Amino acid sequence: MTDTQPTPSIPVSAPPPGPVAVWRTRFPMASRIAERIVLGIGLLFASSILIFAGIEMLPGDFATTYLGQAATPQAIANLRAEFGLDRPIVARYFDWLFNILHGDFGHSWASGQSVSGQIADRLGNSMLLAGAAAVIAVPLAVGLGLIAVLYRDRLVDRLINLVSLAAVSLPEFFVAYLLIMVFVVQHPVAAFPATVYDSMSLWQKLQTIILPVATLVLVVLAHMMRMTRAAIINVMASAYMETAELKGISALRAIVKHAAPNALAPIINVVALNLAYLIVGVVVVEVVFVYPGMGQYMVDAVTVRDLPVVQGCGLIFSAIYILLNMVADILSILVNPRLRHPR
Amino acid sequence: MNIRSVPLTAWIGMAGIAMAVIAAAFAPWLAPFGENQIVGSPWEPASHAFPLGLDNLGRDLLSRMIYGARMTLFVSFCATVLSFSLGIILSFVAAVMRGVVDMGLSRLNDLMMSIPTLIFALIVLAALPQNLFVLIVVMAVLDSTRVFRLGRALAGDIAVMDFVEAARLRGEKTLWIVFREILPNAMTPLLAEFGLRLAFAVLFISTLSFLGLGIQPPTADWGGMVKDNKDGIIFGVSAALVPGAAIASLTISINLVVDWLLKRTSSLKGGRGG
Repeated sequence: MTDTQPTPSIPVSAPPPGPVAVWRTRFPMASRIAERIVLGIGLLFASSILIFAGIEMLPGDFATTYLGQAATPQAIANLRAEFGLDRPIVARYFDWLFNILHGDFGHSWASGQSVSGQIADRLGNSMLLAGAAAVIAVPLAVGLGLIAVLYRDRLVDRLINLVSLAAVSLPEFFVAYLLIMVFVVQHPVAAFPATVYDSMSLWQKLQTIILPVATLVLVVLAHMMRMTRAAIINVMASAYMETAELKGISALRAIVKHAAPNALAPIINVVALNLAYLIVGVVVVEVVFVYPGMGQYMVDAVTVRDLPVVQGCGLIFSAIYILLNMVADILSILVNPRLRHPR
Repeated sequence: MNIRSVPLTAWIGMAGIAMAVIAAAFAPWLAPFGENQIVGSPWEPASHAFPLGLDNLGRDLLSRMIYGARMTLFVSFCATVLSFSLGIILSFVAAVMRGVVDMGLSRLNDLMMSIPTLIFALIVLAALPQNLFVLIVVMAVLDSTRVFRLGRALAGDIAVMDFVEAARLRGEKTLWIVFREILPNAMTPLLAEFGLRLAFAVLFISTLSFLGLGIQPPTADWGGMVKDNKDGIIFGVSAALVPGAAIASLTISINLVVDWLLKRTSSLKGGRGG
């Protein structure tokens, strides 16, 4: 009958036998974190294969696209040889990976420039944009989420709920152009396009990117707030919160003392998920505001099918995404006492 | 279901969706001008003949909005239906078969989800030929990962229930268990998820078109129309905001209906996880 026993969930990895199992029981938290790091590295590796193979498997390569339909087979073969496209795929993958691990993303097919150099310049810009948005959005979202729970089902909560429902439905570019219409065209208080240069000081850069940051904050805020609210309400439904209520302590004290520590792990996850979402938001916002970041670089490269650039940017975006999720999981293992002891 | 128990917000949502669907279905009869008919000078302001004004090439914005509804709705609906079929069937099969199949599919899904959807789409679209079919399939496959995750969780909950066990002992085949035992019991949350995915698909195709990688001109679609008219913004021409507002209204409408469906589900179950 063992095969019909219900298995409610599949464990992330099967418990390894022998000394590893001993280690797991003695250092449950450390081993969980180690497991998560290994999983993260594995995902990173697998996603690099996916990105590389995904592009290679697809029909049509640079040579045929670049030379057009009328190109002679000889010309195509020459160009392929020049870019090394005639070598076997596995060899090219390991070359590519080896070079990237040494900081070399190859050269752009379209401009011939070094991809690494471009990425080095632009990654900092994108980080500045996403970082500024995160610094504003995270405390604001968690705070509003708490307020919504505190006044649950009252007018404030309903209002926050309705506005945020509308806000999650708005496309980024619509929010961006709306802001431009109001704050650049009608009341000229902000800069457009928000192009930053290396010669600018940090303060000048921050002044320039007010509108893109505001767009990102608006886009992420509502989602993050709704998820925070849901996470806290989930905790509020538990038995110990009822006990706290029956003890007669105030609602605020109950939330701060009893609910918040337990809601920390889900909230960290919410924050990480939305920070990861910022990566995607950055792409659109950079295009709207003509901001020299990774997103715009990648979109431009996709338009002209400049694959080394697309692969490089794609890999970096995915790596940041995977890292953020990994950090979030590790943090929630650290803050949640229940996760310290595996069942 | 009682008609009166449907809240006002849900009615507003349904009205919004209905408007878009009607515009899409009867576009040739509703639109005063042709999709690509040039009727005046670029960005001519709104007048009696052109209620929304003209676009960057002097085409009637209202007509293009109506035709655009067609393209935007068609692509997002096809992509969502395809992603749903794919995600649900695979996830239910995974939950019922368990073992290696489940492990393999779930890990593959985790891997696909470890790359942000838009980034993944950009990578794939960089190499694939740009046409409608490719676009729909790419959107569907990427989106089906989200459906798979929900479907796997739902089916995992249902697959351990007694009536599924009974069907298994009766000797029913996997497909029977998937379609006759699990699917009917997962219907309401899946319906809500369908709405969410549809809203996401509308946003996604609009974003791709806005980036110039979705539906190619001169075919009208809402995201592409924002792209066409974006340069006017700085001169105070609001033509780009009109299709943007249409996308926003459509997704808000869908979300209002979904919100109501989700509330209904949670009250049916008497509050999950309580």
